[in-house]
Amino acid sequence: MNRPSEWKMRTSALRLAVLFSLAFSATAFAQKPGDEWGVDVNGFALGIYSARTTGNQPPGPEGRALLLAEERVRLDVTGWTDAVDADVRIKLDGVHDAVTNNFNLDLREAYIDYTKGNADFRLGRQIVTWGVGDLLFINDVFPKNWVSFFSGRPLEYLKTGVDGFKARYSSSPLNAEIIIIPRFEPDTMMTPKRFFMYDDYGSVTNRDKDLPSTTLGNTEIGLRLYRKYGGFDLSAYAYRGRWRTPGERADNPNNATKVTSIYPPLSVFGMSAQGSAFGGVLSLEGGYYDSRDDRGGKDLAVANSQTRFLVGYQTQLWRDFTIGGQYYTEIMSAFDSYKRSLPSGFAAKKKYRNIVTLRLTRFLGHQTWKLALFALYSPAESDYLLQPKITYKFSDNTSATLGGNIFGGKKRTTFFGQFDRDDNAYINLRYDF
Amino acid sequence: MKPTTIKLTVTLFLGLAVAAVSTGALAASAEQIMERSQRAFHYAGNDAMGKLTMELIDRDGGKRVRVLNMLRRNEGAGKEQKYFMYFQKPGDVRRLTFMVWKYPGREDDRWIYIPAVDLIRRIAAEDKYSSFVGSDFSYEDVSGRDVAEDTHVLLGEARIGGRDTFVIKSIPREAAAFTKRISWIDKKNFLPLKEEYYDAQNELQRVFTADRIENIAAGEGATRRLYPTIMKRTMRNVKTGHRTEVTVNSVAYNQGLKDADFSERRMRRPPRAWIR
Repeated sequence: MNRPSEWKMRTSALRLAVLFSLAFSATAFAQKPGDEWGVDVNGFALGIYSARTTGNQPPGPEGRALLLAEERVRLDVTGWTDAVDADVRIKLDGVHDAVTNNFNLDLREAYIDYTKGNADFRLGRQIVTWGVGDLLFINDVFPKNWVSFFSGRPLEYLKTGVDGFKARYSSSPLNAEIIIIPRFEPDTMMTPKRFFMYDDYGSVTNRDKDLPSTTLGNTEIGLRLYRKYGGFDLSAYAYRGRWRTPGERADNPNNATKVTSIYPPLSVFGMSAQGSAFGGVLSLEGGYYDSRDDRGGKDLAVANSQTRFLVGYQTQLWRDFTIGGQYYTEIMSAFDSYKRSLPSGFAAKKKYRNIVTLRLTRFLGHQTWKLALFALYSPAESDYLLQPKITYKFSDNTSATLGGNIFGGKKRTTFFGQFDRDDNAYINLRYDF
Repeated sequence: MKPTTIKLTVTLFLGLAVAAVSTGALAASAEQIMERSQRAFHYAGNDAMGKLTMELIDRDGGKRVRVLNMLRRNEGAGKEQKYFMYFQKPGDVRRLTFMVWKYPGREDDRWIYIPAVDLIRRIAAEDKYSSFVGSDFSYEDVSGRDVAEDTHVLLGEARIGGRDTFVIKSIPREAAAFTKRISWIDKKNFLPLKEEYYDAQNELQRVFTADRIENIAAGEGATRRLYPTIMKRTMRNVKTGHRTEVTVNSVAYNQGLKDADFSERRMRRPPRAWIR
């Protein structure tokens, strides 16, 4: 599902060049004698090795026991000057994929920040996170890399940057944030190359992807208004863009020969609240997903409109031990027409899908050890995902993480259940510099 | 001891204190001394801005280092405060920020900013028990424990490192991370020079020492004031042999920090002057 790597590398390099020249010419113009300036360089080296523990291997050259094996070197470069209230920052990973033995560049972020009065601007590739859910997303409509999440990369790799422009205005009665994204970035989904997974059109090999073109009409816009009120952090969100999780359009649903991934238009309106309550932190979030191309719910390739809601609570039980739980539900708006349009033999979704989560975090030995468990269970679909994880810090610079992804469920057609044979154990080795 | 006896003892000690000290702290009860001490230690100036190095040292001498910028603002004349922390080291938490809005008598509001995913969220943490970034200090030790949460008794006076101190015993009214604390409070500047924390077995668990104190000047001319400041302090866990040394690399008072400086905006992008 990734764009071709050469293409990615070329655009990365181009963007880097443009950003650097822009930033440096800007700072050079603004620089007066005596102004301080600097370039900070940090980063890390990271090895990620994830092995399937079920003994099964998907067919094909990448279907090995190793689900993921890669070495990354992160360069995090910030340029700044006292002459203007601006920075330029680039976070770039050099990646060696040990499964395919390819080298690649992964431009995580590259942006220019500029501040003027109460306004902050950010232009470039940037990671944006909205909402209050703990790994359950309603108003966070920004791209995610589920492969990272399910095969043992550190959590920051769940999020993918968007290329866009963000403006934020801060004031005490109300804060506002607007983001404009000209170029569509889809979610990175699991593929049959490395994952056993369910697909309604599993036997069809002729596959295509129809990514929206970069036009004015396809430009995504997100707006967030937020403030504190009554001890709570309140936000309202609006988004006009597209589904990032693809729908599958078959040339003929009853006898498909070709399947195209499509990203239909979507608008999301929602709210969230987070604050102290009952000796812990209470989170509430809701949103309406307006699937603009198929409000009637008759088109099988386009997801139904939905209402989503979550409530979460987190508290500290004792010293260095916290517990958190969430309940999440999504409700299909036009379930009856969805049911009618579904060809026989297809796995039917339920009108209500719900998930409960549990998170336990324990620190030991002056926080050199971190033990964590994140568990997701869907009562509606009777499937689950367990993510246990242990991190040990050998020193301030060096750490190792051992973890696992354990999937299961009654059926192999549900979201977590389909990955039943993809259970994996992984190790991360990290050195910061 | 019946309350009347305690009162009597306190009065007796106070009498001695008054007799012994000619200037300052004349009518101080144990609780008043602790109030003044908290003011001197955690509320100096209208605001403060500084950089700290925190060294976590294990029994075998193994060392881990945290470097952070810390800002504080007193909200009016009451006890409410706002704190802002920015981490420079270690590398895996670089640019991470913490913000705390501290309220006396109820749970603080606390936020964390995770730069890798540009996320701000609230964190639930009992500041009484939580270790501050793995150190021997709890959150409560960093920002100050509410004086009203303990009962205080003046035990007497003692000289420590050539300084005259009040010796005060504090017993928590409700369950806390310690069962008893003995404090040695400098009679002149009211800073704690030493504290002993006892655990549930009534055994000595942690010892705090103020290792270096300097007078930090703020303002000019008529508004010039000196703030006695603990520039180096140590918290040692005598049971585990682990200790944490905090060195103040720089500090400045009355910098004119505004309420709006303690906001989500600053957590995401702190002004460069704050994080040098």
